Amino acid sequence: MAEIDESLVRHVATLARLKPDDAEVASMTRELTRIVGYIDCLNELDTDSVEPMAHPLALRNVFRADEVRASISAEEAVGNAPERERTFFKVPKVLDTGGGA
Amino acid sequence: MSTDAEIQTRLIVGFEIHVQLATKTKLFCGCALGFGETPNSALCPVCMGLPGALPVLNRQAYDYSVLTGLALDCEIAEFTKWDRKSYYYPDLPKNYQTSQYDLPLASNGHFEIETKSGTRRIGILRAHLEEDAGKNLHDVPGCSLIDLNRAGTPLLEIVTQPEIHDPEEAYTFCTELQKLVTYLGVTHGIMQKGQMRFEPNINVAITTGGTEYRTPISEVKNLNSFRSVRSAIEYEFHRQVHDWKSDNGYLIKERPNENRGWDDDKGVTVFQRSKEGADDYRYFPDPDLVPVTVTQDWVNEVRLSLPELPAARIKRLTTDLKLTTEDAAAIVANRATADLFEAAIEAGGPATTLMKQYLNVWAKLANDQDASIAGLGVGHEAMASLAAMTEKGVVNATAANKIAEALIGSDKSPETLAEEMGLIAVLDEDQTEKWIDEAFAENADAVKDAVSSPKKAKKAAGFLRGQVMRISGGKANPKITGDLIEARLAELASEG
Repeated sequence: MAEIDESLVRHVATLARLKPDDAEVASMTRELTRIVGYIDCLNELDTDSVEPMAHPLALRNVFRADEVRASISAEEAVGNAPERERTFFKVPKVLDTGGGA
Repeated sequence: MSTDAEIQTRLIVGFEIHVQLATKTKLFCGCALGFGETPNSALCPVCMGLPGALPVLNRQAYDYSVLTGLALDCEIAEFTKWDRKSYYYPDLPKNYQTSQYDLPLASNGHFEIETKSGTRRIGILRAHLEEDAGKNLHDVPGCSLIDLNRAGTPLLEIVTQPEIHDPEEAYTFCTELQKLVTYLGVTHGIMQKGQMRFEPNINVAITTGGTEYRTPISEVKNLNSFRSVRSAIEYEFHRQVHDWKSDNGYLIKERPNENRGWDDDKGVTVFQRSKEGADDYRYFPDPDLVPVTVTQDWVNEVRLSLPELPAARIKRLTTDLKLTTEDAAAIVANRATADLFEAAIEAGGPATTLMKQYLNVWAKLANDQDASIAGLGVGHEAMASLAAMTEKGVVNATAANKIAEALIGSDKSPETLAEEMGLIAVLDEDQTEKWIDEAFAENADAVKDAVSSPKKAKKAAGFLRGQVMRISGGKANPKITGDLIEARLAELASEG
């Protein structure tokens, strides 16, 4: 089992764009250690001969035909946005931290 | 690649290529592609990432991907699943990108290109399907504007082995790959619209004193022109060698790999971010999408739609029709145009004349209309008869040009048009002689030169031929006219 320490909690918080304070980091570290430790009992099972499960349902190959379906209007799309500019979503300026396909 | 006094260098390049598939709708929802109109006008709860929305896979996108995999000689996976690649960015509405992580739909293929040093076989590591993100616009101070129309567009990501060692080779690889995928019809492949994006991973192996050193890998992001691919690789090669010379610790594993961007105006790559520590995308299987199993029957069905690929077709045309490689390549470049050409041959069009008219007459008309030759809407039978008429001398070359132009948007045959336009060549010698009489009468000086000035004779005779063509309104047959003029001049010369 991976050891849950404060640096791992801080790393995961950064990935999730959370900013826990020191006290929160300490309590999260304790709680996550307990939770992951509990789940860790699964490691007692020998799963060597078990195929990894890609999906809980036995379904395969659910497709749709390449046919256009009506979309919602641009007005509706941005209607609930906290801020907009024409029909754009308006968000605080972001510097490229390297997402993208 | 080059040798200094004491060091040898070898460029190492692999590519990640994003190909936007030519489906009508997005990868996991029925929103239309081909946006570009109103921002956020092609959205639904699925591609907006609203809670409770359920994605369903577009079968056509998968078929296009399998077809591309087959064309690249890949193994097609019998089983694939969908994974979530998690990261936060405003153009990614779900906060994860749906992709194929450890089970790509195609792998272990190759693509052959012709280079100066012969045929090169570039390994294809994998190809997988994923969805595109939206777009950020930064034209408002302090803010970003988000348009999600592109979010959810199907992308096929093709990853090559790092087996390219020369910027020119990289250029050829990218252009040939673009030709292949547009030929397959799986993408429109329009570079200016970002429908193909190239990302070279570049580093250099430097050998000195019997030891090989390797520079850190830089990935140049989102190149969307072939020229910039070549220039960026050339630039990176020199930069990395230079940086290593000024800092011998500039080595892979000692220094982080980095992402760089290409500044086309300055002709340099620009540092974007260091890849210190592996990216942590926390991939896991997407519970909203079920796996895909591909049977042999499915693969065979897709294989049936695999056309003869450009390289094979060029080879066949050069062998069967005795075309030059260059001419055959020009015809094969566009699949519909090549199909039309072969249909015209099939309909009895004489190959050489048809070829000439294709590259001179039809290509020019297509260019004027910003269309492909097939896009002109002229049928293969009309093209075949026009070539045959030209070859037989029923119409001459200038007349054929006019008829070709008139064929666009007309349902008349070339024969009918030639008659209506009075362009049927006159093969009658008496009529030709009359035109020659007229030309000789009008141009006594030229006649004199043609008969008695050895220096000017050839040029003058040519001029007289041209005059006959002019007087006849383009109806004189060039061969008959030439022969009659030659005979007439010989007669005049013997009379002294």
